[in-house]
Amino acid sequence: MPEYQKHEHDVLVIGAGGAGLRAAIEAAHSGASVGLICKSLLGKAHTVMAEGGVAAALANVDDRDNWRVHFADTMRGGQYLNNWRMAELHAKEAPDRVRELEAWGAVFDRTPDGRILQRNFGGHKYPRLAHVGDRTGLEMIRTLQDYAVYQPIDVHMECTIVSLLKDENRIAGALGYDRERGRFKLFAAKSVVLATGGIGRAFSVTSNSWEYTGDGHALAYNAGAALQDMEFVQFHPTGMVWPPSVRGILVTEGVRGEGGILVNRDGRRFMFDDIPENYRNQTADNEEEGWRYTQGDKNARRPPELLTRDHVARAIMKEVREGRGSPHGGVFLDISWIKSKLSNAEDHIKKKLPSMYHQFKQLADIDITSEPMEVGPTTHYVMGGVRVDGDTQMSTVPGLFAAGEVGAGLHGANRLGGNSLSDLLVFGKRAGQYAAEFAGRQSSPRVDSQQADEFARAALEPFDREDGENPYKVEHDLQTMMQDLVGIVRKESEIRRALEALKILRQRAQKVSVSGNREYNPGWHTALDLQSLLTVSEIVARAALERKESRGGHFRDDFPDKDPAYGKFNIVIRKGQSGEMQVTREPIPEMRPDLKQIIEENK
Amino acid sequence: MAVQPQTFASSIVASGQRAAARTDTSAGTTTRTASFEVWRGSGPSGRLETYTTNVSEGMVVLDAIHQIQSESATDLAVRWNCKAGKCGSCSAEINGIPRLMCMTRLSELDLSKPVAVEPMRAFPLVRDLVTDVSSNFRAKMRIRKFTPRPPDAPDGTWRMQQSDADRVQEFRKCIECFLCQDVCHVLRDHQLHEQFVGPRLLVHAAQLEMHPLDVLDRTTDLKESHGIGYCNITKCCTKVCPEHITITDNAIIPLKERVADQYYDPLGKLVRLMRGKKAVRPENERTKPGGAR
Repeated sequence: MPEYQKHEHDVLVIGAGGAGLRAAIEAAHSGASVGLICKSLLGKAHTVMAEGGVAAALANVDDRDNWRVHFADTMRGGQYLNNWRMAELHAKEAPDRVRELEAWGAVFDRTPDGRILQRNFGGHKYPRLAHVGDRTGLEMIRTLQDYAVYQPIDVHMECTIVSLLKDENRIAGALGYDRERGRFKLFAAKSVVLATGGIGRAFSVTSNSWEYTGDGHALAYNAGAALQDMEFVQFHPTGMVWPPSVRGILVTEGVRGEGGILVNRDGRRFMFDDIPENYRNQTADNEEEGWRYTQGDKNARRPPELLTRDHVARAIMKEVREGRGSPHGGVFLDISWIKSKLSNAEDHIKKKLPSMYHQFKQLADIDITSEPMEVGPTTHYVMGGVRVDGDTQMSTVPGLFAAGEVGAGLHGANRLGGNSLSDLLVFGKRAGQYAAEFAGRQSSPRVDSQQADEFARAALEPFDREDGENPYKVEHDLQTMMQDLVGIVRKESEIRRALEALKILRQRAQKVSVSGNREYNPGWHTALDLQSLLTVSEIVARAALERKESRGGHFRDDFPDKDPAYGKFNIVIRKGQSGEMQVTREPIPEMRPDLKQIIEENK
Repeated sequence: MAVQPQTFASSIVASGQRAAARTDTSAGTTTRTASFEVWRGSGPSGRLETYTTNVSEGMVVLDAIHQIQSESATDLAVRWNCKAGKCGSCSAEINGIPRLMCMTRLSELDLSKPVAVEPMRAFPLVRDLVTDVSSNFRAKMRIRKFTPRPPDAPDGTWRMQQSDADRVQEFRKCIECFLCQDVCHVLRDHQLHEQFVGPRLLVHAAQLEMHPLDVLDRTTDLKESHGIGYCNITKCCTKVCPEHITITDNAIIPLKERVADQYYDPLGKLVRLMRGKKAVRPENERTKPGGAR
């Protein structure tokens, strides 16, 4: 019989990035006893890497901005597959959530009259991103962390959850292990909030850290919850491409927001060549107008570099595939050119983009104030995730909530930059609030230790096998395969090959063995993370197969156009009775007339 | 001045090609082997073990460690997350110098002899390159939390100038890698973790004390419970900070001056005596010196 350290909480929050911290704070404010699980140390979660800013219609820089415009921008960016209720709540509540951070100690960059400064970003009509240079995520997570530690929250650092536990249909808790000693931890909880982030480690070129193995997606799926929109993976247009060891590391969209331009090997600013119809009215048709926009001219329209990420990423891929890329298979991103416009350009760049300056200087020997960067698409974010109720964030499993990247709905087919940090705050708070409320109505759940025993035994199997395969090797092969076959450009034959490959990878994963003991053993952790990776990879592939059109983050070479028929439903995946993956199309509810009108007014 | 698109863009490309070509010479795809002496084990049985692996010169130390992990030491314990110098997880001592593994390029190191990669020595060892840094999290709890003045505007918001924000934004760049704690002799050699919060937490205290909105006065705490007197300004912390925060000059010395003003300035003491105020006033009774403009 495995031994457990036992913990009991009203609300268990799994994940301690922006969404998890905000949920835990809110649940604690509601009077619930709260457990907060971090896969890493507190304050190291992926939110720390967010650079550009948090989107909220504060209207500090352009007073024409308001929640209606933000709502319309979010829906247009998501190609109208969004959960419109979430898009509405998000646009309405984001300003309060940002101001709240200031009350908790965040120090955003300022406008001349001393208010929170906002910057331009792709797909946002007005300057909307509150920011701190290019380290906004660090400011956010540190503010939330430093606030949360003074709340009655039990923090379980370096703890990974391997399974959710249920009592009949409702959630009952979770089983995990601590990294340091490898001991199992059994959590009983009346409600559980998933805030585990994304799935980027399923691909080889990624801006995501080791943690991003789709744990929450897999936990929810295995607990019977429905997932949606999993075909929509965001490939951020600008990741580093050289040297090889830094390939995939993010280059913030803020570079383009500050006036950075994309150029191919022939010196052509190719983004002007293909401007989508639904953005034509809002996009500059000459370079001078684009520059004026980045400098705050309210009468200018945005440069095409600030079109949505899906579009920019595909445009870059097109240049590379057609032989017009940079020496290492990307394109050039140049901010140094603004020297011809600003006398203090060098200082300006260092002040506005300090971590980009250091990142390139230190990792690639490039001085971005005098040379262009080489950039290309990198796996960045998954729009899809756990299907939730827009108001409460509860999944289809009673007592199981999801917020942040692991949740789905807000972003539809493509997420706008800056909408992720605001998503974390708005829906983190909502999930925490409703999870606490739910817990308040429940008696203590019954935790079935037999369920836990099975998972615990299975988790230890890699130690018992000898001469099994190396888990890192299996992980590497999975990432390469997904990148090649279910990456930025997809087609049916390749997705089918991916599904076949996944069968074999699953068999290999069942046979991995690990050396050493249970104390802080990354080989063992990788073997366990593999299970989540395999599950989410298959879900992504099946959803991608089902959507026979191109829209947002999902591009099908064999169906390169958008099909209006596919704009009427979300693709939903859940686990069937006999363990098979069920793929269904679920119609998007009719939008409220007042919201429809807002969209019309902002066309 | 209007930009001439084609000529201008051509110069960008030329410059980009030059940059790429130059990087090529220092970061070629050709590989060579290099040796690493990596600390393995926990407790007294710990020792340096030598691993040899293929490297190319664009690589950082963390890449080499990962490669060793996947090739020959699957259970090699190491913390990391962002691999971009933003999260502060992969702190270690590389050839004896506290650094982030993800930001230390192999091309900066002498690869003709083995590169020593060891855990931070100021903290208790967990295993291999992983240490128990929980003392830092506990120390933060001893610093009284951010406490803002009432909002400036009816809508519940504040006004502050960028020039005032600048001062604390320097401190708020901290990624909590704890390299400054590792190199601090008070913590490293004397292990006074309970008496002295260390440079990281003094930077934290400084951002609170100099925060344009914060109204608490932590001077007494700094002297009495945070042990600021232990710091004798050797500036080792500033030297290792990967975020280039001027820890000693901008954070610690101004805090020391506040303590000195309050406790050791005879003239100030006299003034306070004549005004009939206690040397140590209850919180919230005044704004701190120089703060809250």
